[in-house]
Amino acid sequence: MTSSAQPYGETVERDLGGLARTVVHEDELLRHPAYTRFLHWSVAIFFFASMLSGLAVYSPWTFGWLTPLFGGGPMTRFLHPWFGVAFVIVWFFQFLNWRGLMTWTESDTRWLREIKRYIRNEEKLEPEYVGFYNGGQKLQFWEIVFGSLVLLITGLVMWLPELSGRIAVAISYVLHDISALIMLGGIFIHIYLSTFGQPGTFQSMMRGVVTRAWAWTHHPAWYREVTGRDPREDYEEARRRLARNHSRETAVRDDAEH
Amino acid sequence: MASERLFQIQQISGHVGSVPGGGMQRDLEICKMIDVTTCIGCKACEVACVEWNRYPFRETTFDNTYQTMPTTEWNYWNLIKFNEHQRDDGTLMWLMRKDQCMHCADPGCLRACPADGAIVQYTNGIVDFNQENCIGCQYCVSGCPFNIPKFNSATKTVFKCTLCSDRVGAGLEPACIKACPTGCLHFGTKSEMKNLAETRAAQLREQSGFANAGVYDPSSIGGTHVIYVLHDAKHPELYGGLPADPQIPFSYTYWKWFAKPIGLLITLLGMLALAFHYVFTGPRKPQPEAREEKL
Repeated sequence: MTSSAQPYGETVERDLGGLARTVVHEDELLRHPAYTRFLHWSVAIFFFASMLSGLAVYSPWTFGWLTPLFGGGPMTRFLHPWFGVAFVIVWFFQFLNWRGLMTWTESDTRWLREIKRYIRNEEKLEPEYVGFYNGGQKLQFWEIVFGSLVLLITGLVMWLPELSGRIAVAISYVLHDISALIMLGGIFIHIYLSTFGQPGTFQSMMRGVVTRAWAWTHHPAWYREVTGRDPREDYEEARRRLARNHSRETAVRDDAEH
Repeated sequence: MASERLFQIQQISGHVGSVPGGGMQRDLEICKMIDVTTCIGCKACEVACVEWNRYPFRETTFDNTYQTMPTTEWNYWNLIKFNEHQRDDGTLMWLMRKDQCMHCADPGCLRACPADGAIVQYTNGIVDFNQENCIGCQYCVSGCPFNIPKFNSATKTVFKCTLCSDRVGAGLEPACIKACPTGCLHFGTKSEMKNLAETRAAQLREQSGFANAGVYDPSSIGGTHVIYVLHDAKHPELYGGLPADPQIPFSYTYWKWFAKPIGLLITLLGMLALAFHYVFTGPRKPQPEAREEKL
């Protein structure tokens, strides 16, 4: 039914029981289906609600100004565990959704060993072996899996002090803080890399698509898998095409000047 | 009658920096002395406490003892604990101890509290809660070795005995002291009360045959501003679970004041590092970049 109105080179993917659609234009690849995006932003909402209310309880002297967002100090503390529970629930679905893609492999260990190259941004393209997710992304995923498990257990201990006892609460408080601080650091890196750090990434969580150039730059093995083409060859071809266009433009400009 | 005056503040919970005007005024350390050996368990102190603090009398819990309820509550700060103890010679002892906030010199509640100004310790030794600054995190509950702070789920803040700071500030003795008919409750300066307690303990040892009689003023938390005379100071647990060696969890003394700010600092430095990464290394754009070819 969409085919008649569908422009050339456009694919429409339906998801979430037909509620959502993802439009993939020519020269683009589907990266995240609507279900994944829905989960990602649900997780994000509860992550930030937990983080902001948690920071206000962690250090009221520095973050007490956040408490009016949640209705004052005691209300912030009251809501915080509920935000946490909601986070754990939606994150559990994301865990089920992603656990296959996030399985740790040889090439992730290799990627991690060469992480300096990644940080220094030394090469134009990521190594050939980088698939749908790189080692860093997988590390972030598993850090949140285990981190949220620690937060859940210690959080329950602190939430129900009558059952857990005084010493368990005092220990949980430290573990809860450490786990939250690690996740806080992780989320900064995640936000930086998915926006300013790697332009073209953010739309993969909004529209669900990325350009082919983005795919062969950041995830060459995934590019090869979904297109059946060689990422480096396609990159070289794009480079030559760009150079040809450039020289043609220059020629046109030179003609106009003379 | 002494005139009304403000207390000098000694410590403020969750407060960064020094205490305003700290150490500039002298004050007498006050103390409540409870001689459990002359307590008759009449609960006049319980009633006086509820009356003075204008709380309605709450429902009691019958637990096969004379005790009003198992523990103190957010609106029931003063509770006589009744315990039966069989001595080695087979004779029975009926132990009654008035349980309330101990007003520790090194208060675990204040140590644990992250909220600025929710708990203050005055120079006279009173540890008081300011509910308007309380965020209801209940860390004080686990910081307290005596299980005293209690959470009010309606206001979502924590309450406990104030040592009648409102009465003491007006030169009056606490309500419980005033109500005691046997004179087992005493109120005065810490040194005065300590002397009185030691005298009474010596009396018990020498004249009444309680060889282990002594004063409960635990040094592990720097002493308390509520002290007990016990028949058996070697076994304070017999008196409704009074801890022999009360401790504040390590995480409240070490983690809170050292690791918490450092943790935040590291996180902030991490943010700064990311900003510098953008400035010096720059973003990674999908390749090839059009700009590069034009150079």
